[in-house]
Amino acid sequence: MNDRILEKLNILADAAKYDVSCSSSGSKRKNDTKGLGNAEGMGICHTYTADGRCVSLLKILLTNHCIFDCAYCVSRKSNDVKRAAFTVQEVVDLTINFYRRNYIEGLFLSSGIFSNADYTMERLVRIAKKLRLEENFNGYIHLKSIPGASDELLTEAGKYADRLSMNIEMPTEKSLKLLAPDKKREDMIRPMTFIKNAIIANRAEKQLKVKKPLFVPAGQSTQMVIGATPESDWQILKLSDGFYKHFNLKRVYYSGYVPISNDNRLPAFGTPVPMVRENRLYQADWLMRFYGYNVDEIVSAEDPFLDMQIDPKLNWALKNLHQFPVDINKADVNIIKRIPGIGLKSAYKIFEARKFTRLTWDHLKKFNIAANRAQYFVNLKIDDWQRKDYSPQQIKNFILSAGNSKYAANSSPQLSLF
Amino acid sequence: MLLTPHPSYRCFNMQTVLYDGSYQGFLCAVFDVYDYKFSLVDICTKDQFKGNIFEQVHNVHHHKEHSERVLKGLKQKVSRETLLDIYRAFLSEKTGIENTLLQFIQYVFSNKISVEKDFSHPAVITIGETVKKVRREKHRMEAFIRFQKTKDGMFYAIIEPDFNVLPLIITHFKSRYADQKWIIYDTRRKYGIHYDGVICSEITIDCSTTGSSVNEAETQLDEQEELYQKLWQSYFKSINIEARKNTKLHLQHVPRRYWKYLTEKQLKF
Ligand code: SF4
Repeated sequence: MNDRILEKLNILADAAKYDVSCSSSGSKRKNDTKGLGNAEGMGICHTYTADGRCVSLLKILLTNHCIFDCAYCVSRKSNDVKRAAFTVQEVVDLTINFYRRNYIEGLFLSSGIFSNADYTMERLVRIAKKLRLEENFNGYIHLKSIPGASDELLTEAGKYADRLSMNIEMPTEKSLKLLAPDKKREDMIRPMTFIKNAIIANRAEKQLKVKKPLFVPAGQSTQMVIGATPESDWQILKLSDGFYKHFNLKRVYYSGYVPISNDNRLPAFGTPVPMVRENRLYQADWLMRFYGYNVDEIVSAEDPFLDMQIDPKLNWALKNLHQFPVDINKADVNIIKRIPGIGLKSAYKIFEARKFTRLTWDHLKKFNIAANRAQYFVNLKIDDWQRKDYSPQQIKNFILSAGNSKYAANSSPQLSLF
Repeated sequence: MLLTPHPSYRCFNMQTVLYDGSYQGFLCAVFDVYDYKFSLVDICTKDQFKGNIFEQVHNVHHHKEHSERVLKGLKQKVSRETLLDIYRAFLSEKTGIENTLLQFIQYVFSNKISVEKDFSHPAVITIGETVKKVRREKHRMEAFIRFQKTKDGMFYAIIEPDFNVLPLIITHFKSRYADQKWIIYDTRRKYGIHYDGVICSEITIDCSTTGSSVNEAETQLDEQEELYQKLWQSYFKSINIEARKNTKLHLQHVPRRYWKYLTEKQLKF
C-alpha cells in the first residue's frame, strides 16, 4: 500500500514538473475558520530543487493518462511511460499531511485528459472542494483549467481554487497545430475569457460591499514553452502583453523546452535547455509589469530577439543613450527606475532620501545598486572615475568585461532580475 | 552631532549603560539615557560587559512605565512598520546594535519632521541592513521549519536561527496551524514556543542536554510520520530536472547550514 502510493507520487510528480509555475502568492484567503492553513499574503518557497527552482506547492498530476498527443509533453498518448492515477482521497491526504509538516503552501493540481475535458475537470474540482469543505483547508490551491471544460465546472473551480491556469503552451496557433493537433486554441481562450469575466463580476460586487465568497482570489496565469518552435521573442512578448492587458492575467510563465522526445518536429535530445533566453524573457516581462516599459520599447518587429549577452533594461538604455546621464537628485522616479543597475527598491530609497540631503555616489552605493552598470548612466561625481562620451558598444564591452557572473553562459532563470 | 557631549563630561567619560538583554530592558535603557541626560553612551547587556575601570557604569532597572513611555513617544513619531523594524533590528543580537538604535531614536526625537525615510542617515542605513538580514532569517524559518508528528498528536520542530527570530514567527505559525498543537524550539537560545490549540506560551525544556529530549521525541513518533517523510523526500527527488542542474543557485537559496533540519535533505531511509 505504502509502496504503491510512493510509486504513484514519483510518476505523477515527475510528469508535473515541467510546469514551471509554483507561485503561492496573491491570494487573500485567511484562516478565519480556525481550520488549517492560511494563504494570505506572500508565497513561501519551502525548498528549492537542485536546479534552484522554488518549491512552494505540491505539484502533481491527478493522472498522466491522456487521450491527447501533444508532442512536447511526456504524458502524450503515444509516449511509452508508466501511467498512474491518484484517487481523490490520496491527493487530499498528501496535501493535508505535507501541509501540516510545513513542507508546502498548498496544492497545484493538474491532469492529463482522461475520457473528456469535463470528466477530468470534475475530478479536480472535487478534490479542491473536499479540501475546503471537509478538511477546512485554507492553504493555497492552484487548479489547472482543462481545455474545453464547461462553464459550470469552471465556476465551481473558481469557488475553491486560489488560482486557475490554462497553459497556452505555444506562442502561435500554427505551432499549436503542428505540435498539439488535438488542441484548439479556441478551447483554451474561451475558459480564460469566461473566468476573466467572472472575476471582474465578483470584484465589482465586492466593491459594492456585498459579502461575496472568494472567487479565484489569486487570478489566472498561463505558460508558454520556449524554444520548441521558431517564434521570436517579439511574438512571445506581444502575446504576454495581450494576456496582461486583455485577460488580466497575474503571470505568464516561460518554460524553456527540455528535450523529452526524438520527434523530428522538436529539438533533439541533448539540445541544451534555453535557460538564458528564458531568463531574458522573465526580465522583459518584469520590465513590462513593474517598470512601466511598453513591450515595443523592449523588442520590435525590426529587432525581434532579446540580446542574450545583456539584460533588456541595459539594452534599452544603450539604445537610448540620449536620455542619460540622469540627475539622481532631480529626475522623475520613473526615469530613475530606468537606470541600469538601479532596481525598484533603490529607486524608492533615492526618491525618499533626496528629500533630506543632496545625494552623492557614496549614498548610492549604500542603496544596493549595481555600481559597475549604474556609473555610466548617472550624473554624479564618481570617486576618481572619469566620465567620457562612450559609445553604446564601448559601454557594453566595459560592462561585459567587468566579469559579472550574471552574464555567464549558464545564468539561471528567475534569479536576479537587474 | 547626534550625541553632543554634555559640557560637564570629558570625551573619555564614556557612560556604560547595562541592561538585561530583553527588549523591555533596552527600552528602559533608552529612557534612562534621556532621564539622566547621558551623552556619550554605550548600551550593552550585562553578559557582554567586559568591564573597564575608566568607564562609568549605570545599571538599568525595569520599570514598565519607562519602556511604555519610550514606545509611546516613538509611536507618535514613526510608522508602525518602523517601530517594528526597531524591534527586528534589536533581535539581530548584533554587537552594538543597541547604540545604533539609540542614535536612530535620538535622531527621530530631535527632529520635528519625520526622518524615518532618510535613507542617507548612517543609523537608518545600518538598521535597514540589519532588518533585511533579520527578515530574511525569519522568512527562512517560516520556509524551512519541518514539523514531525508525535504519537500524542503534537507537531514539533527544532530550529537554530542566526538571529533571535522566534518571536517574529509566532503569529505566522499560529494563524497557519490554528487547529494543531505544535512546538518550535530554538536550541541555540534554549527556549521554545508551545501552541496548545488555543494560546501560545514560552517554554524551556528542563533537562541536561536538549539532544536527549529530541531523541526521546523521535522514538515516540506517530506511526505515519516515517511514511510522510519518505513521501516528501521522494517527491523532492522526482521534481528535479537534471538538464537544468544548477548547484550554485541551489546553495544560494538553501545554504548548507539549514540542511540538517530539512527533511528532504536527510537520507535516513
Ligand atoms: S493534453 Fe496536456 S497532458 Fe495531455 S498530452 Fe497534451 S499537454 Fe500532455
